[in-house]
Amino acid sequence: MIQIQHLTKTYGTTLDAPHALEDVTIDVADGDIMGIIGMSGAGKSTLVRCINLLERPTAGKIVVDGQDVTGLSGAALRSYRRRVAMIFQSFGLLAQKTVLANVCFPFLAATGKVTAENRERALELLDMVGLREKANSYPSQLSGGQQQRVAIARALACDPEYILCDEATSALDPASTNTILKLLRDINRSTGVTVIVITHSMGVVEKICKNVVVLEHGRVVEQGSVADVFADPKSQAAKVLLERVEWDA
Amino acid sequence: MPETVNAFLAEYGELLLEGTGSTIVMVLVPTAISYVIGLALGVVLYLTAPGSLRPMPALSAALGWVVNILRSFPFIVLMVFIIPFTRLVMGTGSGILGTIPPLVLSASPFIARMVEQSLAEVPRESVEAVEACGASIPRIVFSALLPEALPSIVRGVAVVLISVLGYTAMAGAIGAGGLGDIAVRYGYYRRVEEVMWVAVIILIVIVQVIQSVCDLAARRVDHRGQAAVTAAGRRAKADRDLIKR
Repeated sequence: MIQIQHLTKTYGTTLDAPHALEDVTIDVADGDIMGIIGMSGAGKSTLVRCINLLERPTAGKIVVDGQDVTGLSGAALRSYRRRVAMIFQSFGLLAQKTVLANVCFPFLAATGKVTAENRERALELLDMVGLREKANSYPSQLSGGQQQRVAIARALACDPEYILCDEATSALDPASTNTILKLLRDINRSTGVTVIVITHSMGVVEKICKNVVVLEHGRVVEQGSVADVFADPKSQAAKVLLERVEWDA
Repeated sequence: MPETVNAFLAEYGELLLEGTGSTIVMVLVPTAISYVIGLALGVVLYLTAPGSLRPMPALSAALGWVVNILRSFPFIVLMVFIIPFTRLVMGTGSGILGTIPPLVLSASPFIARMVEQSLAEVPRESVEAVEACGASIPRIVFSALLPEALPSIVRGVAVVLISVLGYTAMAGAIGAGGLGDIAVRYGYYRRVEEVMWVAVIILIVIVQVIQSVCDLAARRVDHRGQAAVTAAGRRAKADRDLIKR
């Protein structure tokens, strides 16, 4: 379980520095697919990057299974990061490595070498995302949707407990988006991995999320089950995201 | 005509051959040494920059200072300026040996900046993805950053070699010889212009060879696909044009 407690992030050091996040508190239950939605600049990317400490929170805590991880560094931080995989909007693959080498990278990061069993496991994962025959291709030879499937296979290589998706489908066409979303949902069902999805698209939330948090100007303005929020959005931000307001009002 | 050529070769052939040899040694040896220093320095500059993987503002600023100061010296001034140091480490302040310390001191900071820039071109998300896998900084550097930046680093080698070739023209000032020295001595002082012309042609050929070999090598090691490579090149050029304006 991930507990985000009173998280605040400011950029810059002046007293009136703008808050990217302000007193954000969210609990993410194990096995959930949690959507974090908001407009551009609402702070959702900053939030997800604080979870795996790519960014350091200014105040507040990230507590994972009862352990405060906010101050981790060195080897402890690296081993925590192996439990929390991440996929990115523009995939973040290594362009000079083959698809197989990309999927094997987490093994290399963890142990300093890639064994035959690691390679076997990577090929299984590529099989699962339907790209086994592309193992020896380079990312540039793949479509965007295929590259994101490789990134998902890589994310799964270290058997993570959590997967963070930072606008993972925003650069993809609707068909590829559906493929990626189905894949994430199926992985969640089969392995019980907890998924946190950052998006500005209500369509994505509606398709795969169980719970949703709406962020606006760095604050949580609404949270609850997807069914509840969709049936009766309370905040203005949620209404706009759900297109329940006149677009030219 | 053939007699003229034969006469020319008989008189100056050996001189030009020897000069070419000296130039090649003066380019390759210091550049190789400089790459050992410059790669390490470039990686440190990249890692310690603000917002990078291991920001260290004081170290970054201090190194940046040293690099900028060394790069401020025109090569010929640096060469003369450090003669006492050169004598200390090489046992001599002149000849080909005497050119190695100033060339290394000139080329290393230049290489460091080129490497730093090549590393900075690696897409941010690729680096973050590797970091998010739980990779250590040495692992990120050696298994991700340097391999990803390799094509750009190889292209940089051509720029560095050609710059060092330019520096060696001034090595004549401390009696190291080489093609540049021959061109100046025969073209300017002795007025045997044919010798200068031939020396210049050999220099042009060397530059062409360096550029072609490095371009070929960079293409060989690059797996980004042509579209991505030209897009990166266009972006870099657009940035340069913007800066010039």
